[in-house]
Amino acid sequence: MTLMPQPTTPDSPALRARGLRKRYGAEQALDGFDLEIRRGQVHGLLGPNGAGKTTAVRCLTTLTDLDDGHAEIDGIDVRRHPARVRERIGLVGQFHAVDEALTAQQNLVLFARLSGLSKANARRRASELLASFELTDAASRAVSGFSGGMRRRLDIAASLVLTPAILFLDEPTTGLDPRGRATVWQAVREIAAAGTTVLLTTQYLDEADQLADRISVMDHGRVVAEGTPAALKRRLGGDRVAVVIADAARLDEAAELVGRTVGSAASVDHDTRTVTVEVDDGQKALAPIVRALDGAGLTVDDLALRRPTLDEVFLHLTGPGGQSASDPTAASTPPLHETQEAR
Amino acid sequence: MTTITPPTAVAGASVVRDRRPNAAREAWLIAGRDMLHWVREPWGIVFGLAFNIMLILMFGFLFGGAIELPGGGDYIAFLLPGMFALTMLFGLESTMTAMAEDAKRGITDRFRSLPISSASVALGRAIADLASSALSLAVLMLGGLLIGWRPTTGPGEVALGIVLLLWLRFSLLWLGIFLGLRFRGAGATTAVQVLVWPIGFLSTVFVSAETMPGWLGAIATWNPVSATAAATRELFGNPTGTTSGWFAENAVLAASVWPLVITAVFLPLAAGAYRRLRR
Ligand SMILES: Nc1ncnc2c1ncn2[C@@H]1O[C@H](COP(=O)(O)OP(=O)(O)OP(=O)(O)O)[C@@H](O)[C@H]1O
Ligand SMILES: [Mg+2]
Repeated sequence: MTLMPQPTTPDSPALRARGLRKRYGAEQALDGFDLEIRRGQVHGLLGPNGAGKTTAVRCLTTLTDLDDGHAEIDGIDVRRHPARVRERIGLVGQFHAVDEALTAQQNLVLFARLSGLSKANARRRASELLASFELTDAASRAVSGFSGGMRRRLDIAASLVLTPAILFLDEPTTGLDPRGRATVWQAVREIAAAGTTVLLTTQYLDEADQLADRISVMDHGRVVAEGTPAALKRRLGGDRVAVVIADAARLDEAAELVGRTVGSAASVDHDTRTVTVEVDDGQKALAPIVRALDGAGLTVDDLALRRPTLDEVFLHLTGPGGQSASDPTAASTPPLHETQEAR
Repeated sequence: MTTITPPTAVAGASVVRDRRPNAAREAWLIAGRDMLHWVREPWGIVFGLAFNIMLILMFGFLFGGAIELPGGGDYIAFLLPGMFALTMLFGLESTMTAMAEDAKRGITDRFRSLPISSASVALGRAIADLASSALSLAVLMLGGLLIGWRPTTGPGEVALGIVLLLWLRFSLLWLGIFLGLRFRGAGATTAVQVLVWPIGFLSTVFVSAETMPGWLGAIATWNPVSATAAATRELFGNPTGTTSGWFAENAVLAASVWPLVITAVFLPLAAGAYRRLRR
């Protein structure tokens, strides 16, 4: 028997999940969840609260039993060989899991030794990780006195005592300040650059945009869209022109006018006095819109041209019932034509 | 933006295990971690001991003078072995609290995501809790010696008495692990604290069963804590407070069998509760 993880088929994906199902009482937390991650990729898993992200991560990391479906990590069946799967995963759960009463160093040494490092190697690895995550100064302080960011960094360090084939990060930056977030992002980039596959769940679209090679948007226990960030944004169509009208009373009139000018329906957000319209070529559309509004005596306070953001994609895909008129952002988004892949 | 040191350790050569999985080693490491807790936060143990010492002083000196033992003998010498057994029962609470806290704080999940055997988590707990109870026992025995308690038998019998005490503690470990994993909500620990009392008092720890009404005496006699207390009294050569009956003749047997029964029931239940974490 070798101490190295058993070699697996090199062309198998780092992670493959098909039709995962998990029910909690009346709650179908996973309802046909599919996911495939190529080796070395950072995959973002996005979804609103209760979408099933944590459940998916827990099932894939052998913490929770699946009701149904097939999952393999590094080519190894998660349900049949959980022990072998644990040899090659690192997990940073949604809620940090380090020992409050111990020091940062004691935590890392403990987890390193439990993972199978000798005492000397565990010590060495712990100090390396402490240095990498800027915790050297706090190494011999009890974790109970750590800030949220320090705990989170320690938590990530603890999941890297051995080099995992795939690292799971469940909302790793929730509750962190911008600096803490930047440190975690940097760590994720380094981890990915070193060849480790990463599955990252997040509520922050910019985080997924920044870090992920591909994104799966999930809702109600299943993946509703998958692709690169750019491809997902493209699916929402062309550019947006947003016009802020000075006179709130004439918003609907302005929307009518703008819609007629570009030849598609404009939407209105009364709170921000904004009329938004989707156009194929934003630059060409700007001048006629301004001219039309000016001709009607409508004063323009602000005018913006932009591409769809991932936030819009997200809200469009995961709003109540997919898209909803009660959701202002969803309402300002034109219908997505090739909507949720038929499953 | 701030400057950020790139996490070089992350990008370095890949780190792989250099030790084979070994449940005994893992259990030892986890036990070491549990014991570190007590080094860093010793107050739980210190207060627990202080409480037991207070009980000894209160019962021994405050009530002791008024308590007449059936079969005669010094009350302090009768009380101390009972207190030893009661201390084993009180340990239940610390096992339960520690298990519930670890599960709540995600430490159990961290252990469960590591490539270690699931038995080592429970074994580690067992080693640590037995060590802590053995320490408490040693302190109480020394304290007992100071106030006049003496074992009057040979070292072999005294050693067997100590083994039977820890044997009771060992069996209660599984009950504690089971309760800690199953009932993690707030108030569960309080419930156990409250429940431990009637069990502790409905025993022959403080008074002889022969002074109780018949039915109550029967309950107290059949209490596992009483069995261990009676066996320990006999093995230490202390007054047993009992003049006749099956238990008076078979105390050591009862103190051996009771923990076996408890273990047989609650070890599988504890293992089941651990497996249920996967649900
Ligand atoms: N242990 C559990 N017992 C009962 N229900 C659960 C359990 N875990 C999750 N659920 C339910 O399953 C659904 C999915 O929860 P999950 O935690 O996976 O969502 P999430 O996407 O991680 O949400 P969040 O963004 O809030 O972390 C929710 O409706 C939740 O209430
Ligand atoms: Mg979650």
